[in-house]
Amino acid sequence: MSAVIHEEHHHHDGPPAGFKRWLYSTNHKDIGTMYLIFALVMLFIGGAMAMLIRAELYMPGLQIVNPDFYNNLVTDHALIMIFGMVMPAAAGMANWMIPMMIGAPDMALPRMNNMSFWLLPAAAILLLSSMGVSFIPGLDAGTPVNTGWTIYPPLSIQVGMGMDLLIFSVHLLGISSIMASINIVTTILNMRAPGMPLMKMPLFVWSWLFTGLLLIIVMPVLAGGVTMLLFDRHFGTSFFDAAGGGDPVLFQHLFWFFGHPEVYVLLLPSIGVLGLVIPTFSRKPLFGYKPLVFFMGFLFALGLVVWAHHQYTIGMSLGVTTYFMIGTILISIPVGLMIFNFIFTMWRGAMTFETPMLFAIGIILMFSFAGVTGVMLAVVPADLQYHDTYFVVAHFHYALIPGAVFGLYAGVFYWLPKWTGNMYNETQGKIFFWWTTLSFNLTFFPQHFSGLAGMPRRIVDYNIQYVEFNQISSIGGFLFGLSHLLFLYIIIKTVKGGEKAGDKPWEGAQIGTPGLEWSLPSPPPFHSFTTPPTIK
Amino acid sequence: MSKSKSYLASLSALLLTFFAGTAFAEYKLNFPEPVSPLTSQMYDLHMLTTKIATVIMVIVIAFVVYAILKFRKSKGYEADQNFHKTAFGTWSWILVPVIVLGIDLSIAGSAGDALKQVEDYSEADITVKVTGSQWKWTYDYMDDDVRIVSNMLSKEKAGDNYLRAVDNPLVLPTNKRIRFLHTASDVLHAWWVPEIIYKKDSIPGYINETWTIIEKEGTYRGQCAEICGTGHAFMPIVVEAISQDKYDSWLAEKKTAMAAAAAEASADKTWSKDELYARGETVYNTNCASCHQLTGAGIPGVFPALAGSKIAIGDIVAHIDIVLNGKSGTAMAAWGMQLDDLQTASVITYERNAWGNNTGDAVQPADIKAARK
Repeated sequence: MSAVIHEEHHHHDGPPAGFKRWLYSTNHKDIGTMYLIFALVMLFIGGAMAMLIRAELYMPGLQIVNPDFYNNLVTDHALIMIFGMVMPAAAGMANWMIPMMIGAPDMALPRMNNMSFWLLPAAAILLLSSMGVSFIPGLDAGTPVNTGWTIYPPLSIQVGMGMDLLIFSVHLLGISSIMASINIVTTILNMRAPGMPLMKMPLFVWSWLFTGLLLIIVMPVLAGGVTMLLFDRHFGTSFFDAAGGGDPVLFQHLFWFFGHPEVYVLLLPSIGVLGLVIPTFSRKPLFGYKPLVFFMGFLFALGLVVWAHHQYTIGMSLGVTTYFMIGTILISIPVGLMIFNFIFTMWRGAMTFETPMLFAIGIILMFSFAGVTGVMLAVVPADLQYHDTYFVVAHFHYALIPGAVFGLYAGVFYWLPKWTGNMYNETQGKIFFWWTTLSFNLTFFPQHFSGLAGMPRRIVDYNIQYVEFNQISSIGGFLFGLSHLLFLYIIIKTVKGGEKAGDKPWEGAQIGTPGLEWSLPSPPPFHSFTTPPTIK
Repeated sequence: MSKSKSYLASLSALLLTFFAGTAFAEYKLNFPEPVSPLTSQMYDLHMLTTKIATVIMVIVIAFVVYAILKFRKSKGYEADQNFHKTAFGTWSWILVPVIVLGIDLSIAGSAGDALKQVEDYSEADITVKVTGSQWKWTYDYMDDDVRIVSNMLSKEKAGDNYLRAVDNPLVLPTNKRIRFLHTASDVLHAWWVPEIIYKKDSIPGYINETWTIIEKEGTYRGQCAEICGTGHAFMPIVVEAISQDKYDSWLAEKKTAMAAAAAEASADKTWSKDELYARGETVYNTNCASCHQLTGAGIPGVFPALAGSKIAIGDIVAHIDIVLNGKSGTAMAAWGMQLDDLQTASVITYERNAWGNNTGDAVQPADIKAARK
């Protein structure tokens, strides 16, 4: 069997025709492309939900949606953006770039690669139908998933069948992520070209090594947690029911043991992208590569042991609370070092400001801001006031939109010429950067103030004292949403054609890294390195 | 006028109309002024970390802006390819952890005292058990056997305080140490009034403890902070802080009223259907209408209608059972602990006769008493 496949590959260097190319694909570039397209679709679905949320919150009162549907939107917006958008987009970039960066012919486990992608559409259908079941006439689906993405019991026990579909969706998403992570970690550890020790790998590859390991560690815990929830719901167990000797707080620990490292799963790949973009456009090598790698490892380790800072209000003992507070504040050390090293990569460089670089600089500033509000939140006594207010909403959107999403946008603009062979329109790219960045800040900056003034999270209706900030937020939100139509337009236009990009669309793109990906033509051939490249 | 200028003009006009209506509104940019020792400490911590955050941001922005202005290719700046190999490049990684650790530890250190205060469980003058349930708060004065059930006020009654106003506020004396015991009867909730009390979650099966000393008389408002389902936005909290003298007379009055109500409820009296119906309407509108709606129509797919429902026009025993004991797996709570026999009998009578449910049944308090056994 393997001989036949082997022969086939020799005879046809191109992809098979028709739908089989995609459905049966074992090619890292095709699978990467599918991941990226999937993420783009989910970005618009999750974004549409955010638009509905902001439209409802534009005015006090109930205008567009009922409270349960609102809470369902809040839940699914988070799950879709995290599991449907950021993680697949980062996995798509890993699929595309890592084999090319380390000089491998493909991913280590191509068939598993296919399966880990094709589980995603199934999971997405389950997730969307968990929302959809409430709208099927004649079907008594019970209460919609009105719990927020944290699906805390006992509320999640009350919810109707939407919760079951959501749990199954999380199972599939978990299997998909674990398989993708195993694949990426294996590829990085086993498939590097001769002459590339670990300490010579591009930062993006390092970031994915840690991301993959994190996912392998924490995803099973989430899967276990939601399975226990499923048993509590249907099979008479009472893991989380105090009346049956269970503990509602246990679920919170299981959830956040996954949930906090998950934040780094979202952030690390984008930090890896910055580690390539900033040297490229500063025209000098990365400042402090080794410390960056070691502190990324420190962040990885620390991220696994500080989860309960999401639960300061559950009533832990003084000792435990103090431990989680200090652990959490210490996160500022690796993050601070990353910011420091990125700034000093620009220092004494010869900078130009193409779209990826604009995003990178924006990220340094906005992510630092998320970092300092993060330290504010880490201080337990103060957090007992901030907790579950819009201050937290503002904080994590500052962390995740610049920290994860804009990092991916930087990656898209940085690699789009390599992927398609065409240059995007730089003016349009810059307009997109300014449009998204300004409207993002207009959306989320005021939310710090509504939070301090006492507006809780996840409320469908609010007192009139919060009107001004919510209206500013909503207008910003609509502009932010609208800017993504330009993003879509730029991508489609670049895929279709445009000025040809050379093998090295960015002068000096290889700086500070071996730059194997830039030694290939743009777009690269269907199979990249059939023989291992040599590294100088 | 150029095209871009006219766009600008129309945009500023839009912004002007937008702010016109709110020009006189009070902008709240920070926490409300704290009026208890512990929330004051938290406020000071918040201001300290805000200042540190601002200084850090100014430094980061200064470095980035300087780099952007100075080290640009368009100015002919040549990249220093060996910068990362200089002594600074090799050793500066020590700098950041040391500086950041210093800041971190000083922040953690200044939080230490407040944290100990939060966990200080000394004897209190008054203990109030705060129970969250979907979607109202119940306050039990543990030493005085007084209970207050606090529901959201309707828009008409609350006016500008809608969503932050209740029918029965929690009344507390000033300058006394008050202990709150937090728990919940169904799902998670969180009781929070920023000026006087920080958050600790209300968790079914747990009792969490917080404390405060209210230093100033006044009305303090807050909202449920932990998502608790459909009515999460509709679970306000109001605390009335009054002087000890006023509090004492309020408490005496409350006790008399409660004793009278209890006497009435347990009196061996047979009530007429109309009396029960009238009382039941009040009980229903306060306790049941947030889900089943004033019209009894419910919310399709979410909360069942009572008008014409199998329960409300069917077997009386089943009806009494669901009101007293709730229905597991749904948002329907057990009301047996919260409503007395007369209230339960009235509300069931009301439900069986309102909105076209013309069963003609009159359920007596004695029936409820029997059903409780």
